[in-house]
Amino acid sequence: MVSFLRFFINGISLGSVYAIIALGYTMVYGIAKMLNFAHGDVIMVGAYIAFCAMSYLNLPPLLAVLCAMVVCTCLGVVIEGLAYRPLRQAAKLAVLITAIGVSYLLQNTALLIWSSNPKVFPSVFNVGQIRLFDGNLVISSETILTIVANIVIMIALTLFTSRTKMGKAMRAVSEDRGAAELMGINVNRTISLTFAIGSALAAIAGVLLCSSYPTLQPTTGSMPGIKAFTAAVFGGIGSIPGAMIGGLLLGIIEILGKAYISTELGDALVFAVLIVVLLFKPAGLLGKPIREKV
Amino acid sequence: MKLKKSTINNIISFGIVIIAFIICQTMISTGVMKRSLKGQMIPICVYIVMAVSLNLVVGISGELSLGHAGFMSIGVFSGIIGSAWLEAIGVTNEVVRLFMSMIIGGVFAGIFGVLIGIPVLRLRGDYLAIVTLAFGEIIRNVLNCLYFSLEGTKLHVSFNNPSIPGTILVNGPNGAKDVSKIATFPAGFVLILFTLVVVMNLINSRSGRAIMAARDNRIAAEAMGINVTKYKMMAFVTAAVLAGMAGALYGLSMATVTAAKFKFDTSILVLVFVVLGGIGNIWGSIIAAALLTVLPELLRAFADYRMLIYAIVLILVMLVTNNPTMRALLSKLIPRRGGAQSKGGAAL
Amino acid sequence: MSETVKRRQNTKMVPAPSQGIIPERDLYVSPVLEARHLGIEFGGLKAVDDFNLVIGKTEIAGLIGPNGAGKTTVFNLLTKVYQPTMGSIMLNGHDLHGMNTVQANKLGIARTFQNIRLFDNMTVEDNVRIGLHNQISYGMFTGIFRLPGYWKGEKAQHEKALELLSIFDMQDLAKVQAGSLPYGAQRRLEIVRALATNPSLLLLDEPAAGMNPHETEELMNNIAKIRDQFQIAIMLIEHDMNLVMGVCEGICVLNYGRIIAKGTPDEIQSNPTVIEAYLGKKKEG
Repeated sequence: MVSFLRFFINGISLGSVYAIIALGYTMVYGIAKMLNFAHGDVIMVGAYIAFCAMSYLNLPPLLAVLCAMVVCTCLGVVIEGLAYRPLRQAAKLAVLITAIGVSYLLQNTALLIWSSNPKVFPSVFNVGQIRLFDGNLVISSETILTIVANIVIMIALTLFTSRTKMGKAMRAVSEDRGAAELMGINVNRTISLTFAIGSALAAIAGVLLCSSYPTLQPTTGSMPGIKAFTAAVFGGIGSIPGAMIGGLLLGIIEILGKAYISTELGDALVFAVLIVVLLFKPAGLLGKPIREKV
Repeated sequence: MKLKKSTINNIISFGIVIIAFIICQTMISTGVMKRSLKGQMIPICVYIVMAVSLNLVVGISGELSLGHAGFMSIGVFSGIIGSAWLEAIGVTNEVVRLFMSMIIGGVFAGIFGVLIGIPVLRLRGDYLAIVTLAFGEIIRNVLNCLYFSLEGTKLHVSFNNPSIPGTILVNGPNGAKDVSKIATFPAGFVLILFTLVVVMNLINSRSGRAIMAARDNRIAAEAMGINVTKYKMMAFVTAAVLAGMAGALYGLSMATVTAAKFKFDTSILVLVFVVLGGIGNIWGSIIAAALLTVLPELLRAFADYRMLIYAIVLILVMLVTNNPTMRALLSKLIPRRGGAQSKGGAAL
Repeated sequence: MSETVKRRQNTKMVPAPSQGIIPERDLYVSPVLEARHLGIEFGGLKAVDDFNLVIGKTEIAGLIGPNGAGKTTVFNLLTKVYQPTMGSIMLNGHDLHGMNTVQANKLGIARTFQNIRLFDNMTVEDNVRIGLHNQISYGMFTGIFRLPGYWKGEKAQHEKALELLSIFDMQDLAKVQAGSLPYGAQRRLEIVRALATNPSLLLLDEPAAGMNPHETEELMNNIAKIRDQFQIAIMLIEHDMNLVMGVCEGICVLNYGRIIAKGTPDEIQSNPTVIEAYLGKKKEG
């Protein structure tokens, strides 16, 4: 029972990371209607920046995270402006391939700068741990921090999209880009903002991911990226609470699956659950089904 | 007798492939071709078949599949196991064994194509794409846990348990080792011809028109009495079978091969061939697959920067060919030629 | 106005006991379509409600009504694009319950679309060949390996397609890309494509939209010609009242998803409820 609880908490922690990444995917998809495959690599960049800030510049962790967020935000906006904006009217597949190109570009640039040797990410937030059940259940401060960060981000984003003018503009653009433009919303700026927020979140996710799983490589972001993308689809792509629920469920399923079913098949299980969910709810858990007008 | 336009096109296409094969074969036998390039001949054939078959799904049937490498890996392992088993039961002729193994690879990939197609083709658009990705990953994960061995003519399979009797053929995550390399370049050439016959004739037939009708306007196709799911399935499974055959050829050309080779990146690689060659454009796929398989070999001098250059080229090509202003600029510079690219581009 | 159309206008209508309108010659033959209490709800809103209609075997029927009355929704229900939430549809005596669009088409219902849905990238002939899909068929392997059945089937499809295109004198356009045709020709091609599926009931959704008066006149003659040649029933949605009154034998008026009137063109033209639906209520005093 205690071990189950431990796995469960680890699952929530991993799920929180997925959820934060998935938020980036889902917001970009909702607004730009594109699968941003490079998102996973922005996570990796964020983690490397934080790593460098702490190891080489000896900055305090919080400042390092801030550094990573600033760099990733700029990176996200630049990628959007240079690679995706020119293709706004292009076929979906062209944008997808461009995103894949950007993903290769980021990975290989990182490879040249930081080499493929794994870096050991410093345990930045290790300020102690909570021991329960006579020390049988140890919850590290990273775990707690991840979960708390997730909750804070969730609340902040919900408030942002429902209360602020920019947030409402984002929702309007995702609903109907043409109509939003006619209402005087600057669509390009809104999309840039979305990329900025998504990328800043990716930086946070990168640091959180690497403080729990401390090996950092140029390919670190790709698998969590794909899984977070799965989580976004699972919860209903385009939906912010959907990304949150999808991420959490996926993390829990993955950890429990690895613990109780098979270590090798943990990933397969995640994808299998996605398929089953989509068969019963073709637009994800919280997604809205679309009806084509005849 | 007046020949059909599609028949003439087919004859021209086959002619070009045959001529290309003869040229390559002469270059190999006269020793003009570099060793490193010679080693690339079978992979080129394999990736051409992969690209053409994926184009059937993405271009002709209009569904984005991100898990094509999964079918290839099924073909790889069923082909390797099939070949070893055929050898054990006394099929000693290597050519016969190779072609039978390719058929085995195709059949197994086809079976999985049906099993996967049933749930996948119920979904639409991006949801369909993510589920094909998921299936590709599941196939890879499961293959990582499978162990096959041959004891006499008896085939043993186990899941997550490496201790099985007989000679190990496939060793879980370590993959297949000491495969008897019976794949040949001529066999690859025959497979390309076969793929072209299947795909081109399919497109120019009643079934092919139904597949394209379902792609262009699902609702209208249904109103015309076309069972859209059936024809999407037809394209999906045909592509899976071809990928399986290519996989078997690939597996039997490598001494060692692991399931990890066929992850998401490989699916994407093939998709890049299809998109760069022009969606729906079969010849484009062939040329893109051939060039881009050789390219890394040619860029060997730039070793470290190879993938970086590749990424930048990929992004630039997509921007130039898909951005309206860039396109206009380009058409000003280059006088207008046949619209093969634009014809394909309309598909998605 | 041509002779055939004039004659048709003078055909006497005999209202059938319970369902209103069926031309005399169809009275003793089983009807092609019987819709009973048909309805559909979208999130609690009844888009179509209690729709009852019988169409005779060779009748030309019209479905009219103001914008948003639910006319196209009726077509979508009859072709099973939408599954009705209430009522039943009988086509040639078969219940369409639980069937999909494909099965409904195979049972003999074909349609055109208000917003033209041609296969734009294909040639005119290939569009018609898609319609012939279930009429002249051969299997996938026959096609891939070009067995004798392939050559036979392709030839038969080619000939039949040209024959059908000749109804609208379009056989010369066979090799033209469908998307590059002018608007009127696209509408005509849609009709040919629908006819190719060998229907017993042809649904035309605003066939004259975007046509000039001359083209509309020609279309009117062709609709009558198609009925005579193929001996099928035709139901059309149309806003051009000249066309509707000129070619339809029975008319059904829809407003807010409900039938407000049924009858011959003359009856409909003088029906106060219909006038009110189109023009609004007369001011009192």
